[in-house]
Amino acid sequence: MTTFLQQLVNGLSLGSIYALIALGYTMVYGVLRLINFAHGDVYMVGAYVGYYASRKLRGDQPSLLSAIFVMLIAMLACAILGILIERLAYRPVRRESRLTLLITAIGVSLLIENAGQLIFGPDPKFFPSLAPRADFVLEGVRVTSEQITVIAVSFLLMILLRFFILKTRTGKAMRAVSFSLDASRLMGISTDKIIGITFALGSALAAAAGVLIGMQIPKIDPLMGIPYGLKAFVAAVLGGIGSVPGAVLGGLLIGISEVMVVGYLSSTYRDAIAFGILILVLLLRPQGLLGRVQKEKV
Amino acid sequence: MRGFLLALAVGGVLLLTNAAFTGAFGAGLAMPPYLLQIVCLAGINIILAVSLNLINGFTGQFSIGHAGFMAIGAYAASYFTVTFGDRLRAAVGFLPEFGRESLVLLVGLSLGALLAAIAGFVVGVPSLRLRGDYLAIVTLGFGEIIRVIIQSLDAVGGARGYAGIPKLANFFWIYGFAALTVLIVYRIVHSSFGRTLVAIREDEIAAEAMGVHTTRAKVISFVVSSAMAGVGGGLFAHYLMYIHPASFTFLKSFEIIIMIVIGGLGSISGSILGAVLFITLTEGLRQFAQYRMVLFSLLLIIIMIVRPQGILGHREFVTFLTRRRRPLGESPGTPESA
Repeated sequence: MTTFLQQLVNGLSLGSIYALIALGYTMVYGVLRLINFAHGDVYMVGAYVGYYASRKLRGDQPSLLSAIFVMLIAMLACAILGILIERLAYRPVRRESRLTLLITAIGVSLLIENAGQLIFGPDPKFFPSLAPRADFVLEGVRVTSEQITVIAVSFLLMILLRFFILKTRTGKAMRAVSFSLDASRLMGISTDKIIGITFALGSALAAAAGVLIGMQIPKIDPLMGIPYGLKAFVAAVLGGIGSVPGAVLGGLLIGISEVMVVGYLSSTYRDAIAFGILILVLLLRPQGLLGRVQKEKV
Repeated sequence: MRGFLLALAVGGVLLLTNAAFTGAFGAGLAMPPYLLQIVCLAGINIILAVSLNLINGFTGQFSIGHAGFMAIGAYAASYFTVTFGDRLRAAVGFLPEFGRESLVLLVGLSLGALLAAIAGFVVGVPSLRLRGDYLAIVTLGFGEIIRVIIQSLDAVGGARGYAGIPKLANFFWIYGFAALTVLIVYRIVHSSFGRTLVAIREDEIAAEAMGVHTTRAKVISFVVSSAMAGVGGGLFAHYLMYIHPASFTFLKSFEIIIMIVIGGLGSISGSILGAVLFITLTEGLRQFAQYRMVLFSLLLIIIMIVRPQGILGHREFVTFLTRRRRPLGESPGTPESA
């Protein structure tokens, strides 16, 4: 039982990372019907911005204040990156076929990965510890302060996002755009601006995930976005792509099942489990757990 | 009869060229080994690009796990030739040496193609039932999973790579199979089944309304494409004599995609052009190796923005140069869509 609870805690903290990344996938898919392949790489850039910012900002002692600053800087930088990607690469081809958009997304992803290897260097870097750390032991279950931070920050951000989408004017516009791009343009919504904001929000969340993973697993490298991006995408599909609560649920489920599989079976299957889940979802419930069936019409 | 003679002629020319390149007619005609290797790898790239174009260009579905099927073909074929090759050679001892070696290679390649086709079926059925971009993400995941599985298989060397593969493939076999791939894809595309595929590419809902069993057509196209990737992988293994799981990462898949996107999605000669251009650029830019992929990815984005149909678009090279004939699948009323 103790082992199970321990794995559950580990799974929750990994799952919140996936959930944060999955939110970006699901939001962009909602407004553009595009799998934003570059999203995992935005997350990687977020981790690197966090890495450089924390080396500059961190004093002698890790402090909570500098940790918050580092995270905000990374989120801001990635929000700008997200807007740039949308503006320079996706907007010119938005009216083309979906295949064109998809290939462009793959191109952007490759570009960030390879430029990342040039700029950051291909070798992994070690993330400095940001906040003061402590371990808590409860009934034999060890919970690190990083895990608590990861879970707390992720949930805080998700609640903020939910508030933003449901209660603000811009959030309402985002929901309208994801319902129908053309209709909302006719209703006077500036769809270009909304799409930009969607990219900015999704990328900022990915950056937060990048800094959080840097605190938990301190090794970062320019290709780290691929496995995380892939699993987060599976999480978005599992929860129902286009659905914000679905992305969170899917992320947590993927994280927990991954940790359980590694804990009880073997770490060889670490990457296989998400793929297996994806195949099962596509076979049994293609719209995902919380997604709605969308009829394709002419 | 005409086809048989043509095949015989092509085979003969390839055999003679192979002999000339390897120096059988005197050193003057021989090609430098480095150049010959590039030419042969270009041939393998042609097989991969043309086969990927069947699903990506003609059927309009997006697979980004071609390297995964290539890996299956490479490992299955190599496992056969390494483990059972000698037994097969002994069983057909009455054949001349060339015949024995060819048989071993052909059986290995068929096995690789078969396994790759089965994998294509398993991956294709769940993801091709759905519309949209699911195939892309499933094939991407599949390509990575296959690599992880191979890494944990000790019988084929695992993470150390698989060495000691006999050098059975050469210029003759590679270009023979490249010609065969082009022929198969050409015949498929110009059949009524091919028009079904183009119909799915142009408008899936309309195709379905016309009575096309879209899932079935898509799965067949995907399985054929995967099998040909398996052959390409088998040739790759038997040419380089050493394969490693890292040779079949998603980067390899993306390279093949770049080839067909540059050349033109939905153009066989475009894929050939793209494959040759790609390997020429890769070798030409060898001294800038670290900037190479940055350049290619930028090129991919720019092509998508400026000329999303690639160099040749849907057209073939001959029609591209001579007549501005309507490409396959476009109705007479619509002008060439940009």
